[in-house]
Amino acid sequence: MATAEPKLTAKRVKFIITRQDDPNSASYTEEFELDYRPGMNVISALMEIQRNPVNVKGESTAPVCWESNCLEEVCGACSMVINGKPRQACAALVDNLEQPIRVEPMRTFPVVRDLVIDRSRMFNALKRVKAWIPIDGTYDLGPGPRMAEKKRQWAYELSKCMTCGVCLEACPNVNEKTDFIGPAAISQVRLFNAHPTGEMNAEERLEALMEDGGIEGCGNSQNCVRACPKGIPLTTSIAEMNKATTKHMFKRWLGV
Amino acid sequence: MKGFYSRKLHSLLGVIPLGFFILEHMLTNFSAVEGGPQGFKDSVAFLNGLPLVIVLETFGIWLPLLYHGVYGMYIAFQAKPNNKRFPNERNLRYLLQRVTGVIVFVFVIWHLYETRVQVALGNVTHEELGGVMHHILTTPVFFVLYLIGVIASAFHFANGLWSFMVSWGITVGPRAQRVSSYICMGLFVITAVLFTWSMFAFRGSEFQAEGTALLETFRILIG
Repeated sequence: MATAEPKLTAKRVKFIITRQDDPNSASYTEEFELDYRPGMNVISALMEIQRNPVNVKGESTAPVCWESNCLEEVCGACSMVINGKPRQACAALVDNLEQPIRVEPMRTFPVVRDLVIDRSRMFNALKRVKAWIPIDGTYDLGPGPRMAEKKRQWAYELSKCMTCGVCLEACPNVNEKTDFIGPAAISQVRLFNAHPTGEMNAEERLEALMEDGGIEGCGNSQNCVRACPKGIPLTTSIAEMNKATTKHMFKRWLGV
Repeated sequence: MKGFYSRKLHSLLGVIPLGFFILEHMLTNFSAVEGGPQGFKDSVAFLNGLPLVIVLETFGIWLPLLYHGVYGMYIAFQAKPNNKRFPNERNLRYLLQRVTGVIVFVFVIWHLYETRVQVALGNVTHEELGGVMHHILTTPVFFVLYLIGVIASAFHFANGLWSFMVSWGITVGPRAQRVSSYICMGLFVITAVLFTWSMFAFRGSEFQAEGTALLETFRILIG
């Protein structure tokens, strides 16, 4: 009795988690209650549930699946919808969240299981826009041109993108009715086109953005720039690429 | 046509010529406020006196309106609004742009049927349109519907101008987009007020006498 007493008075944290057993089955919610620990975040809570997968009704259940890696908001793997907002679970401190804490997968992406989503479309988008700098050759190409420091500073901000998918989740134009590529890849075109060596392939990337489902899919809701956990100026990137693709369009018409 | 070009054309036509047309329409209507029935008649006569007026109407109004309207419906119904989760001002305007687009689509068809289509059918003449508007706008239900249509049109035009400047890469940074927001929302208020003002002018009894004989046939037509 004496040992059970502090447990009853201890602070508890309630989670309502949206679960899904496989990609095709219907989703359902399950509630969990955990002991509060100072400094806990959503990932540590999920780990706790994994250790002791018992729901609020006292039933033993399958542990909740999720993805995470770096645990310091740089890899983008643990993105999920927490209390209605898409964000990284590792950076979601329980102390800052309203209870009960609702955790859902980012349903803009195909759900694999529980909170695990398939972000393949984002990586395919990066391939589509050629978000890299081709430097391989059969001989030493020598050093590339230098980048101005001023340019490097803003380009560095764009390079913080971790392909986490939060901007796509926030965008009302990324949905099953459209094939819009999403803000992240558009901003990466700006990054690689800003690079003095990457610039040599700038037109290829712009043309990729002018394909179906490219930059024209933006509807200017500007949710992306507000949702981005890295504070990347996504709408500035989109407008800058609007300018570049418009210029490229006229150049293509009038230049030949 | 590839999505990029069709969307760009939609954006361009919304401003040139349709944006110019809405401003022209606003000023023509305002001549009813300034000059009464005669002033409005003169403005209408001036427009009809333009050379190649049917060509100007076809390529400056009808075809752009048709394309902008139909493609706009496609854009509007592709959206999946999330304003509850993201209650910010730009996202609200994103939603309103699509909602007003659908309202304006219906409103323009109705308004055209009552005015330009009736002129084409020979039921009224251009000069009698002031009287037609008087008849419509003195009916309270129609007045309210017109008010909604007019405010929706003004918003769709002004906010569309804002997103046009983003989509063509004219306003790129956050400051430019903020300043253009203020300007465009100011334009929305001015456009809405001037249109509404002229609606009240058309309600004046001096417009009643306009083309009463033909109006009787028209009255039967629109019920």
